[in-house]
Amino acid sequence: MIKMKQKRLILILVLIAIGINFLFARSANTPRLGQEVTPEEVAARDISIFPDGEGLPEGEGSVPEGEKIYRAECMICHGKNGFGHTADQLAGAEMSLTGEYPEKTIGNYWPYATTLFDFIRRSKPMNAPGSLTNNKVYALTAYLLYLNELINKDEKMTALTLPMVEMPNQDGFINIYEMETTHQ
Amino acid sequence: MDRINDRYLKENQVAENGLLDRRLFLKKGLQFGVITSLASTASLVSAKENDDVLKKKSSDLTWMHEPGMPFSTYGQPSKFEDNVLRYPSVNEAVPGNGVSWTPLHLMEGVITANGLHFERHHNGVPQINPKKHRLLIHGLVKKDLIFTIDDLLRYPMQSKTCFIECGGNSNAGWHSQPSMSEAGYFNGMASCSEWTGIPLSVLLDEVGTSKKAKWLIAEGADAFAMQASIPIKKALDDAFLALYQNGERIRPENGYPVRLIVPGWEGVLNVKWLHRLKLTNRPVMARNETSRYTELQPSGKARMFTFVMEAKSLITSPSAHMILKQSDLYQITGLAWSGRGKIKKVEVSADDGNSWAEAELQEPILDRAFTRFRIPWHWNGKPAVLKSRATDETGYVQPERKKLVMERGRQGFFHYNAIINWRVDGDGFVSHVYDKDETKKTDSDISIDSDWD
Repeated sequence: MIKMKQKRLILILVLIAIGINFLFARSANTPRLGQEVTPEEVAARDISIFPDGEGLPEGEGSVPEGEKIYRAECMICHGKNGFGHTADQLAGAEMSLTGEYPEKTIGNYWPYATTLFDFIRRSKPMNAPGSLTNNKVYALTAYLLYLNELINKDEKMTALTLPMVEMPNQDGFINIYEMETTHQ
Repeated sequence: MDRINDRYLKENQVAENGLLDRRLFLKKGLQFGVITSLASTASLVSAKENDDVLKKKSSDLTWMHEPGMPFSTYGQPSKFEDNVLRYPSVNEAVPGNGVSWTPLHLMEGVITANGLHFERHHNGVPQINPKKHRLLIHGLVKKDLIFTIDDLLRYPMQSKTCFIECGGNSNAGWHSQPSMSEAGYFNGMASCSEWTGIPLSVLLDEVGTSKKAKWLIAEGADAFAMQASIPIKKALDDAFLALYQNGERIRPENGYPVRLIVPGWEGVLNVKWLHRLKLTNRPVMARNETSRYTELQPSGKARMFTFVMEAKSLITSPSAHMILKQSDLYQITGLAWSGRGKIKKVEVSADDGNSWAEAELQEPILDRAFTRFRIPWHWNGKPAVLKSRATDETGYVQPERKKLVMERGRQGFFHYNAIINWRVDGDGFVSHVYDKDETKKTDSDISIDSDWD
């Protein structure tokens, strides 16, 4: 009986030792094949822009410049004055968010102005994404904010001014993930 | 002629209007009636009809009297199955922007064939050369690192069979009138594959994640440069980089050469053509996590970061556009899944939700994967409404449409997971219906139909 118990104890100790070894060895044993990159290489790929303006490039754009670009590049899908066509309505909501058929536009729905710059620069126009210069993206952003009556016609958009634009629906969202994780 | 007599019914019925004990599947000799489809010439052939074919003279079987086709380097479905197709629905002005639906109503089992996996692209399918594609991991890390695809292929891999479901799947359910599409063509923005690749935790360990890092911003190398913010907790828990789908390298339309898999969470987070992961202390507030993939509620507030795809089930046969030939014994079968874990049970009702019976679940029942359910049903030839209701291992029960609409309104667009009703009419024709007290006539559904960018 004693022998059996000893054997069992040894077996358990061995298993624990293997387990500990496995835990510590795991990360060290995976291949480490990533190549280090320079900050310049990272900067060339990193196009994400945050609500506080982090990531916004140098440059500036005005409402009249933006209107010209909008007419040339965007109007075909988004319609005159951003009223929508084959693509989203961007401005001029007549139904409120609580109406039976609410119209979600930049002015009454989008929580952050910086998202506009980020989205236009990375995705637009759909037939030549990434083709607009930073100045042109600032100009388009300015025009769309102006259409939504969020800035005046003479205001220019830059890395400093864009994050300062107050978006009416910024507090219109309930963060479900945060709610669920804090209640757990 | 109905083969089922009253005594058999009495002995085996487990819920009203002919739902029979699922244990009947274990008995021999169970034979189902014929279900045909309006949309196709192909019919689901009953065992009896099969026998008839075999009894015919062998001279009818011409393929037995001439050599068959040669070997093929990559197999294709039978030409007689050419109706089993994805159903594309795209923005006419931007052909690369839209979806294609998986024909769930024409499929069996739980695995989606790679060529039938649903698609959601925002600006086309990039034709990426893997030799030129690299994955950058940077931000709140000890060192920024970049990986080639050849590098990634050298890491130890693991497989997980799980579903991916677009957050906008079944969005026609919010409409005031029931969708008249086939089951897969309004619920098939969901598919299930065995994905194989590298746990994200391994690569995050290699770059050395800072304690300040709370979010991961994933970006694709497509013409939309799709980006999504994902909590680091989930990334470390079970997210992984997939290189293989059902044993072969991922198809271009599903993210070749590498995509993110975030099991159980909205499809949009499973970023395809993945080329950049940025670790940050906050979400980026991308267009697709603010303007879209948020759900406007009747209060005017919108739900945001609703990552988990809640439990859902769907009877795939019989379903809309199918026809039951006559009063007979039929197999009700369908799929259930939950973004919170395993499916615990699926109940089926054949009397409008008044009584329910538990369906047989096909093993193995996997975490966050499609689960196939089946139950025998005797259709007595009279109109009937079929429903299925999933319960997952957390105890969450798939809601009735009325409850979901009451809680969320009809303008949320995303995360529709209510119980779906199939009505079999007296002629055996199956169509999609809402509960009687729900259907009301309204003029237009335009505002929730247009999901184009």
